[in-house]
Amino acid sequence: MSTVEETMALPPAKPKARHSFTLWLGLVLVGIHVAMAALTLFWTPYDPGSMSGGRLAPPSWEHWAGTDRLGRDFFTQIMIGSRIALIVGTGAVAIGAVIGVTLGMLAAFATKFWDDALAAALDILIAFPTLLLAMLIVALGDSASLFTAILALGIAISAIVARLTRILAKRVLGQDYIIASRTSGTSWPGVVSRHVLPNIWPTLSVNFALQFGLAVIAEASLSYLGLGAPPPNASWGRLLQEAQGTVYTAPIGAIAPGIALVTLVIGMNLLADGLRDIGDPTRKRSR
Amino acid sequence: MSIVSVENVSFGYGRDRLVLNDVSLTVKPGVSIGLVGESGSGKTTLLRLLLGLGKPSAGRILFGDKVLDAGNRGFMRDYRRNVQAVFQDPYSSLDPRQTVLGIISEPLESLGIAGDHRQMVIAALEAVGLEGNILGRYPHEFSGGQRQRIAIARAIVARPQLVLADEAVSALDLSTKVRIVELFKELAAQVTLLFVSHDLGVVAALCEEIVILERGRIVESGNTHEILKNPQHPYTRTLLASVPRMSA
Amino acid sequence: MSALLDIRNLTLRTGAETLVSDLSLAIEPGARLGLIGESGSGKSLTSMAVMGLLPKNISVEGSILLDGQQVVGTREGTLNKLRGQAAAVVFQEPLTALDPLMKIGRQVAEPLQRRWSREGRRLDGRDLNREVIGLLEEVSLPTPERIAASFPHEISGGQRQRVAIAMALACQPKLLIADEPTTALDVTTQAEVLKLLDSLVRESGMALLFISHDLPVVSQIVESVVVLRKGVAVEAGPVGEVFARPQDAYTRSLVDAAQQFDRALEGVR
Repeated sequence: MSTVEETMALPPAKPKARHSFTLWLGLVLVGIHVAMAALTLFWTPYDPGSMSGGRLAPPSWEHWAGTDRLGRDFFTQIMIGSRIALIVGTGAVAIGAVIGVTLGMLAAFATKFWDDALAAALDILIAFPTLLLAMLIVALGDSASLFTAILALGIAISAIVARLTRILAKRVLGQDYIIASRTSGTSWPGVVSRHVLPNIWPTLSVNFALQFGLAVIAEASLSYLGLGAPPPNASWGRLLQEAQGTVYTAPIGAIAPGIALVTLVIGMNLLADGLRDIGDPTRKRSR
Repeated sequence: MSIVSVENVSFGYGRDRLVLNDVSLTVKPGVSIGLVGESGSGKTTLLRLLLGLGKPSAGRILFGDKVLDAGNRGFMRDYRRNVQAVFQDPYSSLDPRQTVLGIISEPLESLGIAGDHRQMVIAALEAVGLEGNILGRYPHEFSGGQRQRIAIARAIVARPQLVLADEAVSALDLSTKVRIVELFKELAAQVTLLFVSHDLGVVAALCEEIVILERGRIVESGNTHEILKNPQHPYTRTLLASVPRMSA
Repeated sequence: MSALLDIRNLTLRTGAETLVSDLSLAIEPGARLGLIGESGSGKSLTSMAVMGLLPKNISVEGSILLDGQQVVGTREGTLNKLRGQAAAVVFQEPLTALDPLMKIGRQVAEPLQRRWSREGRRLDGRDLNREVIGLLEEVSLPTPERIAASFPHEISGGQRQRVAIAMALACQPKLLIADEPTTALDVTTQAEVLKLLDSLVRESGMALLFISHDLPVVSQIVESVVVLRKGVAVEAGPVGEVFARPQDAYTRSLVDAAQQFDRALEGVR
């Protein structure tokens, strides 16, 4: 192995690295949706169910995004869609993370036989188209509820997370500092929490951000196909479905949910990109 | 009374793939001992067994008068308080996401050692020639030699009786190597050293006693000075003759 | 006679950092030079510069004349013809220097065939086999047929390094560049490989550029040395002179360090 040198002079503490533009843009985009969603918890421009305007009215000062075919304020529905999308994304990723990281960690520690068996099972699960898998699970449930959709997506995500966790954890476990930790008297659970998780977290968190966006799109697809709740508690996917018939006369019905969906998913992807830069240990500054 | 003694230890996968074959040695307090061998000699395996990271296939390892039982948590806690290690690669032996304070204080926390951990870490840093004000820094901010010092600080912070060094200077530049060997010499006043290395020169500079391993067996052992002057076993002679000298 | 390798005022920079500064050295045909440096000294970069194999982000100033051909700023096509013929390299890490998915025989055959085709001849079939085995025997590999049929991971580190040397030799270069060729090897293997290198270089009349941080190793195989520190040559001269009476402070500290371990081996503490 090549040799390393020593300089007794300590390098000066590096100045804090400027966070990238992508990170800020991502935060802003996602932040807008989070703000809207939070707002809906106690206030919306109009009561969601009230038919306050003309039918399919175009955007105006009273109704920023116009009205739907029953005269209900469209902007309100978009805002509610944000809330639903965030719930779906967070829920699916949370479920996927908990199941996936646990399984992946177990696989990393398992004996070859169990590790191989699990890896094979995960591969099969991953190969299954997410949407079909989700539809299958939803069909097994008794109703097309939001929860079933979140659960289905969570399971699909968990397979990918498990695979990733397994590989990342194995790589970390091969490092000398793990042996050093054991020699220091740390128990295996201690090693996992103190060394393995922090070292795999940066890559995992980026992956979670990406899965968030995918989950939102997947749920929108499911709703579009009719497996979601109807308005006024509709997700953007359902709104898109409803807009199909009137897309030429009232295009705002498709454009608004489309913009909302795109900005949230792109925002999350940019956030993921920015997070990846933050997670680089060589950019960490000393405290 | 020895700190650690290895009694007729063998380790291997299957009948004829013995990595260690009937190895015995005694580590006496205050007597630094060098374990010399090339690749395939079994020295790495022996080190792992001494660290409780595996069980011998035959024979036993004694800590004081008790048998080393890697599965017994109470026993291992006590053992690890007294036996620590420094590894070869300064880039892979420090967790890149931990601060210097976190790295060095880990043994203190995991072994449940009482006292002001921060102070003990600073004392350990000073003992290895580093300043106490680097606690908040991360490994990537340091050079290879400095990282190795941090690793050594981690090994001595719990004031163990014995420090096992696994090729601890092999990856270092010549001038750094000399400095770290000097450091080990200073520390040898407070801890006993078991130094595993393929480098006879380093072992000769550091260790009073020497054990030479070839393909899992001890071929020669005893006082370093005497063995270097009068190597008995042909392998020892070959080893000695192979070391390149300045006086060409 | 003009020098085989003539480096003048070589400066290597990447961005704001200067890696090698104003380096000059010359190697006559058949001569052996040791380039001594610790990590960060720029020694490996220098050897890569000689071969024209520096990464794109490193800027090169100065002149490198290899067998009369300027290397700095030269087209890849011209450089390609130069490599192997004028100079060949043996690297430090035998594990990564060989293709893990190719049998040894095939890997050794490659430079052999290239050299033959350069001379306008073809080499294949039984003749190729014969040459490959012959080359493996030249580097003292005990069972050349078995080794030619093996993959790199099936043979030992020392054997792999011999194969790497064989591949370098297959080109019949005028200059052999050995970059820390024995650092990753066991002490006894190191001694054997050094002896091999020594005899092969002497027999073929090749020039040798031996790069290492290990002073005793260098002293055994070269006639003169250049000591590099952080990209600057701090001392140069015949190896016996430099090691016995180092002029520069840094060289002195290196020599002292090496002698310390030497003395320990002699039993003097």
